[in-house]
Amino acid sequence: MKILTGNDLKTGAVIWWDGQGWSLHVEDAVEAGDHAAEILAREEAARHVNSSYVVDAEQTPEGIRPNHIKERIRALGPTVRLDLSLKPAEPDAGNWVI
Amino acid sequence: MYKYDSYDQAMVDTRVEEFRDQTRRRIDGTLAEEQFRPLRLQNGLYLQLHAYMLRVAVPYGTLSSAQMRMLGDIADKYDRGYGHFTTRQNIQYNWIKLEEAPDILADLATVEMHAIQTSGNCIRNISSDQYAGAAKDELVDPRPYAELLRQWSSFHPEFLALPRKFKIAVIASDTDRAAMRLHDIGIQMVKNDKGEIGCAFYVGGGMGRTPMIAPLINPFVPLDQLITYSEACLRVYNRYGRRDNKYKARIKILVHELGKEEYTRQVEEEFAHLLTQGIEPPLAELERIIPYFADPAFEAGASDDLDLSDPDFALWVKNNTVAHKQAGYVIAVVSLKPVGGIPGDASADQIRLMADIARDYSFDECRVTHAQNIVFPHVKKADLYTLWQKLDAADLSTANLDSIGDIIACPGLDYCSLANARSIPVAQKISERFAPKQEQIGELKLKISGCINACGHHHAGHIGILGVDRKGIENYQLLLGGSEGADTSLGQITGPGFSEDGIVDAVEKATNVYLANKEGDERFLDTYRRIGMAPFKEAIYG
Repeated sequence: MKILTGNDLKTGAVIWWDGQGWSLHVEDAVEAGDHAAEILAREEAARHVNSSYVVDAEQTPEGIRPNHIKERIRALGPTVRLDLSLKPAEPDAGNWVI
Repeated sequence: MYKYDSYDQAMVDTRVEEFRDQTRRRIDGTLAEEQFRPLRLQNGLYLQLHAYMLRVAVPYGTLSSAQMRMLGDIADKYDRGYGHFTTRQNIQYNWIKLEEAPDILADLATVEMHAIQTSGNCIRNISSDQYAGAAKDELVDPRPYAELLRQWSSFHPEFLALPRKFKIAVIASDTDRAAMRLHDIGIQMVKNDKGEIGCAFYVGGGMGRTPMIAPLINPFVPLDQLITYSEACLRVYNRYGRRDNKYKARIKILVHELGKEEYTRQVEEEFAHLLTQGIEPPLAELERIIPYFADPAFEAGASDDLDLSDPDFALWVKNNTVAHKQAGYVIAVVSLKPVGGIPGDASADQIRLMADIARDYSFDECRVTHAQNIVFPHVKKADLYTLWQKLDAADLSTANLDSIGDIIACPGLDYCSLANARSIPVAQKISERFAPKQEQIGELKLKISGCINACGHHHAGHIGILGVDRKGIENYQLLLGGSEGADTSLGQITGPGFSEDGIVDAVEKATNVYLANKEGDERFLDTYRRIGMAPFKEAIYG
C-alpha cells in the first residue's frame, strides 16, 4: 500500500495522512491510492505539510508498517532514545523498527 | 578568546533579523520550500529525520563559559534537554521548531555565536587543535590564524556557492590532533630556516565516498600571504571543481584528477596574480587578533603534586589528562562516551555544569573536540581532584579517552535523513562489551559512520565501521588500519559485512588478534601495520 508522509511546517514533526488531515501516528495512515500526487500538491500548497512524499507500507495484524527501516524509525522516533519517541512507555518498541 | 568587534556583532545581528523575516515569509506562504530551503541551510537549519535540526558553529572548538551555558539553556528552552557535539567541533540540536529558530539565533548572538555557514556549499567552521594554547608540543597557538581565516571566509561573496562544501583545519604541532590532512585544506603552522613562522598548505584531503590524504602543495607560505594563498587555492577550485556531479565535486577530486603538480601550478599562477591585487589584510589585523589568544594568568610556581590515592581518580588522570606547557597545570578531557551511552550527547544540566567548571577552574574556557569530547585546557593540578569530583557526580568522569570506548559515531539512522544504518546502537554495544577489557587493549580509536558520507570518520579509525543498506537491512562493513594523526592512513575493508551483533563479534576477533600478536608497547594500529591484514581476516572470516 501507499501512504503519505511529510513534516509539519512549523514544528517539523513527522506526520502521516489519515484521510482527513495529518496525524503524528503512522497507525492512522490510510491508503492514498491513485490520489497521492493530488493530495500532496493540495496539502503542500495549504502549508499543512512540508517536504511530503509517498511511502510504501504494508497492513499487518499489528497495524500499518512502512516497508523501509528509515520510515519505521521516522514513525517511532530514535531507537536509542525511546523516552523521546511516540511510545516512551513501551521498552520493546524499538523491536518494531528492526 | 576572540571578542566580536562592532562589525562582527552587527553582521550576526543583521543576519538574525534577516532570517526572522525569511522564516515569517515561509510560514505565511510567501516563500515556497524550494525558495526557503537554501536560506535555512545557510543558517544551519536542516530538516532531518524527526524534526528540524540546528547546527551551531563553534569556531575552532573554543567556547567561553557564557557560551557553553547558553548552549545548555538552548537545549532546555528550545529542544528536549540535550545537545549533540559533532565531529566538526560544533553542536547540533535535534528537535527544533521552525517558528522558534530565529529566537534561538537571537539568543546565540547575545553570546557572540551563530549558525552561519554550518551547511551549504561554502567554507564551513574552521577547526583546530583542541589543545591549542595549552599543548607542550605546539609551535604557536594556531587559533589566531584560524580566526583570521574565519573572518576572511565569513560571507566571502566569491565562495558562498562553491562546487561543494569546504573544510579547513589549522594546527601548529607535529602531533596532528585535528585530522588536518583529511581536510579540503589543512594548514600547519611551521618555522623556516630563518626562524620565521609561516604556513604549510596541504590541499585535497577528505573522507566521504572517495577518501584521500591531502598532499603538501606548499611547505611555507609567509604569514603576510596566508589569505592570498588561501584565496588562490579556493579560486582554482571554484573555477574548475566539478559542478556536474556532486559525488566528484569536492576539491580532492580536482587535485587528484589534475594531479598535485598541475593543481599547484595553477594555484601559484593565481597566487601571483592575486599578489598584484593587494587583497591580503595588513599584518596589523593579525596582530590585533593574536592578543585575544594570549596565555591566561597562570600562577607561577603552581605545584605539580597530585594525590592519586583515590583509584578512580588516578585512572581518570592517567587516561583523560594531557601534559600542559605550564608547570603546575594540566589539560583535562571530559569523555562524552559513558559506557553504553550515546557518543557526543550531553544533557542541558551537564552542559551547564561544564560551563561552570570552565569558569571556575579553566580560565573561563572550554573546547569541543572533533572526537566529540570536551576539554578544559588550563586546569591547575591543585584543583584537579575537586574538578573530577564534580564531573563524577554528573556522570561525566568516564576514564576512556582514546580507548575503544571513546568512539566517534555519527547520529546515523536514528536521526539523520542521509544515513543508511544506525551508528549509535553499534557504538553502545561495543562500549558495553569492551569496557572490562579497555585497559588491556589500550589506545584504539574506533569510528562509526552510518553512511558513506563518513561523518563518523570511519576511514580514519584504527577500527572503522561503515553502515550500509542491504535491501532495507542494516549491514556493517569493517575497516582496519586507518589513522588521522601525523601518520594519517586510510582504513582497508576486511571483507563482507556483518549484522549489528555480528560486527561487534568481528571487532572482538580483531582485538583478540592484536592482543595475541602485540609486541612491547605496540598499539592496535602498530600491530596491524606490522603484521598486516591477513591474520585479522583469518580470525574474522576463517
